[in-house]
Amino acid sequence: MIKEGADLVVARPGAALREIDVQIVADEVARMVQEANYDLNQDVIDSLHKGLAGEESPAGQEILRQIIQNAEIAHGERVPICQDTGFAVIFMEIGQDVHFVGGSLEEAINAGVARGYTEGYLRKSILKDPLKGGNTGDNTPAIVHYDIVPGDKVKMKILPKGGGSENMSAVGMLKPADGVEGVKRFVLDRVAQAGPNPCPPIIVGVGIGGTFDKVAYLAKKAITRPVGQYHSDPDIRALEEELLSKVNDLGIGPQGLGGRTTALWLAIETHPRHIASFPVAVNIQCHAARQKDIII
Amino acid sequence: MAEHRLQVPLDDESVAKLKAGDRVFLTGTILTGRDTAHKRMVDLLLQGESLPFDIDGQVIYYVGPSPAKPGDVIGSAGPTTSGRMDAYTPLLIEKGLRGMIGKGSRSAEVKEAMKTHKAVYFAAIGGAGALIAKSIKKAEVIAYDELGPEAVRKLWVEDFPVIVVNDIYGNDLYEEGVKEYRRA
Repeated sequence: MIKEGADLVVARPGAALREIDVQIVADEVARMVQEANYDLNQDVIDSLHKGLAGEESPAGQEILRQIIQNAEIAHGERVPICQDTGFAVIFMEIGQDVHFVGGSLEEAINAGVARGYTEGYLRKSILKDPLKGGNTGDNTPAIVHYDIVPGDKVKMKILPKGGGSENMSAVGMLKPADGVEGVKRFVLDRVAQAGPNPCPPIIVGVGIGGTFDKVAYLAKKAITRPVGQYHSDPDIRALEEELLSKVNDLGIGPQGLGGRTTALWLAIETHPRHIASFPVAVNIQCHAARQKDIII
Repeated sequence: MAEHRLQVPLDDESVAKLKAGDRVFLTGTILTGRDTAHKRMVDLLLQGESLPFDIDGQVIYYVGPSPAKPGDVIGSAGPTTSGRMDAYTPLLIEKGLRGMIGKGSRSAEVKEAMKTHKAVYFAAIGGAGALIAKSIKKAEVIAYDELGPEAVRKLWVEDFPVIVVNDIYGNDLYEEGVKEYRRA
């Protein structure tokens, strides 16, 4: 317990706090929201080529070629890959030895979003009031997740998340008796029901465990894992491989017009669960899987 | 699967020859409209009022483009999910709307209205907005300017690439295409 009147901040002798001006954060956010929207990361581009090489449907092949061509145009001409330039979802891993100076961190993040979306000719898609509407005009506020970690660095990951694929996501509070088969059914049903809507080929993020809120966060975290990188736990990896293969057997294909390439990747994140609960979440990411990160 | 080059707005003869799965390149003018614009249109029609623009024989593209950079006609301009417009679409089709461009499946009610009133539904490639913008030669806001990306625009297009999903004969490419490649 901290006694009233006691000093709340007591510097531990020898512990050096690293100061970071929030202006740096604002500048990086402004830059990264634009780059994320113009430049698809290489792992996603590679997976589109891999999908094209394995695609059996002629229409599917043509669509994948156009998606790749679209990414090249966006990169070359500095225009958004997709007109839905997303909700700015930002993951902040903040070293506990960092001290932010120069103003409010969250205000700086939002100032960066506003500047980046305006300067970069990105679409402003955020409504101020979920019931009454009214565009905020600068795509703020961002959705910010904060994690405090050891060290004196700040890791920022920016994910401009489109609405069409987000809408196809879901949380299920399964029964523990449903087991791993229940998880598989939930994921496959979700992707099948989503069909053409989330702009396949998609990336499927799956969360298993935790609580109602945690599991959705896990699924969102999962879609930020680079394409091609499996989970480090061999059992989870085996489940990722099985589910990806089954998702692609659904036949939804590029843009849902039929084909082999329904998903480019599927990643699972897990967390301990309550004895009574078995939460599962699916977060769907469209093929415009845009993200950028930086360590400050 | 046939390939067609068609003028928009579409005439009866053009609509009749389209089959689900056909690739089509549209040239002429189309309108844009999405969530809020659709709600406003239908609210007006239900009040017995006329629309601020004519939809008879027109094609509506479900899009909310990103802002145009200086010197560009339009920003990225790919399709949005059509299902959100399903609640409003049957009435618009009844009032003469001839075609729609978007992505994703339509409701049974929309498909029925398409069959009854001879309208077609096309898919454009979702997430290919930079590429699609190349076939848009001119854009002009004609209503609801205050809605920003949701404003209604008239677009002049040249060889705008789409695929027929629902034709006037009741075929649905989403259902047929997936059946062909499903392995389970």
